[in-house]
Amino acid sequence: MTIPADTAILSRKARSWTLVAGLALVGLHLVVALLTLVWTPFDPTELAGRRLEAPSLLHLAGTDRLGRDLLTQIMIGSRIALTVGTAAVAIGAVLGTTLGLLAAFASNWLDDALAAALDILIAFPTLLIAMLVVAASDGANLSTAILALGLGLSPIVARLARILAKRVLLMDYITAARTSGTSWPAIVRIHVLPNIWPGLSVNLALQFGLAVIAEASLSYLGLGAPPPNASWGRLLQEAQGTVFSAPIGAITPGIALVSLVIGINLLADGLRERNDPARSER
Amino acid sequence: MLFVLLRLLPGDPANALLGVGATSEQVAAARSQLGSDQPLFAQFLLFLVNLARFDFGASFVSRAPVLGEIANRLSVTLPLTLAGFVLALLLAVPLGIVAAVKADKPFGAMISVVSQLGVAVPVFWVGILLVTLFAVNLRWLPSGNFPLRGWRNWDDALTAMVLPVLTIGLVMGASVLRYVRAATLDVLNSDYIRTARALGSSLPEALRRHGLRNGAVPVVSILGIELASTFLGAVVVERVFNLPGLGSMLLLGIQQRDYPNVQGVLFVSTLMVLLVGFAADIVQRLLDPRLRESVAS
Repeated sequence: MTIPADTAILSRKARSWTLVAGLALVGLHLVVALLTLVWTPFDPTELAGRRLEAPSLLHLAGTDRLGRDLLTQIMIGSRIALTVGTAAVAIGAVLGTTLGLLAAFASNWLDDALAAALDILIAFPTLLIAMLVVAASDGANLSTAILALGLGLSPIVARLARILAKRVLLMDYITAARTSGTSWPAIVRIHVLPNIWPGLSVNLALQFGLAVIAEASLSYLGLGAPPPNASWGRLLQEAQGTVFSAPIGAITPGIALVSLVIGINLLADGLRERNDPARSER
Repeated sequence: MLFVLLRLLPGDPANALLGVGATSEQVAAARSQLGSDQPLFAQFLLFLVNLARFDFGASFVSRAPVLGEIANRLSVTLPLTLAGFVLALLLAVPLGIVAAVKADKPFGAMISVVSQLGVAVPVFWVGILLVTLFAVNLRWLPSGNFPLRGWRNWDDALTAMVLPVLTIGLVMGASVLRYVRAATLDVLNSDYIRTARALGSSLPEALRRHGLRNGAVPVVSILGIELASTFLGAVVVERVFNLPGLGSMLLLGIQQRDYPNVQGVLFVSTLMVLLVGFAADIVQRLLDPRLRESVAS
């Protein structure tokens, strides 16, 4: 889905801040994610305290229904979200760009057919496509979740890649390259990819944010990575069951999630500003 | 296409039906009963014939006809989505226009920031937060409890729907607001508004007479996509509030490998997507005469 040209809502001066703020938020999550590889406050499976403890100096975010430290799990959640998001966007980008370029280069009727199929697929939320892919595989695990989300994202990327590539293919320099005998693969590499990349990369950054949300939703539905992968979605789903006795557990993982997604969106806005100053100047 | 995809799934519905300790004779019997021992091609032909008659067969698990189950569950999902959609419009259209008109004032910027926040929040967390606030702390509304008897118990059903509708309305509203704001900004910068202002009409009047129609055209196509994907994405909200809707039927169907149910839901969903897209097209043609002419020629 396209995003209005002015998602950057602040004035021009303030907009240079979005890149910095986005980098700071995403960087924070990245540092936490890397940290969990070597250190976490507690072992994620250790019953470190009593059940459903309120936040304290020992357990900064409290404990879950089994007495495990929540901060530890939320930190690991950063790692899961970033891993799944990055891998899913990478899969979606490769698949989507390939498909979009094929459609752009294809004969008229094939292009029409692909474009129509993409238009319908766009209306299906990434999450729904991902659900079906998970269902089609043998049980949920981390790599099925990644593959499922990557496949779910690919129609969105394909649609944009097709539109951007068609615009490039109309250019005189493509005709010039053709007449001078450049092969199609070389044209894609030298002319098309570099020219669609600025537009595509901003969109991929936005897709990253959507992938993080979709991953959390998938685990919330019980179709994501199984324990001990502490996905924020699963933490929230578990906390919902105990929301009457310990509401705090239903809030903190959500804040972690939203801060990452906002960081990514700000980063995308900042990137747009850098790649395409003319378009965002309003 | 759906059919082939679903049959390729590993995992045998007969196994899922009988549970672990079943003997191989029992499995074979269940398979012939379900028809899944027939060749794939024969199953597919049967599927096509039945599809044409709107007969999706019976659930592998409950043996209830799929169509009846879908109709039952549509009576939850359809009002849920439509009420959420109306609420989203009521929130997004006025606020989006104000956010654009007052774009350089603090109030306009505040609306934009809040809507920006809104699109970064997953639907289910909004739902959980609303439950925490209204069901746990204030105790005004139930956190689920859609009555088993459905709409025949209409006052309980209605109170159970308030929070889910609010959830959908807020999330969809935040996303629609951004498009309304962008469209209004386009209109505000247009020549015809400047001309109308120069001819002496006030800004609200100029917007009402010239702006609304022009601004609405691009927004309507977005609304179509939003409505379709909210309908399809209802599975999450239904899970949060434990509503017996189409989405939970799909989730359950996937978990139980109940192909007829999954197929039925997907077929009806695709139909809805196409219908909504078609409706959005018609509304756009009504709004913009130029689109009508381009079709005629």
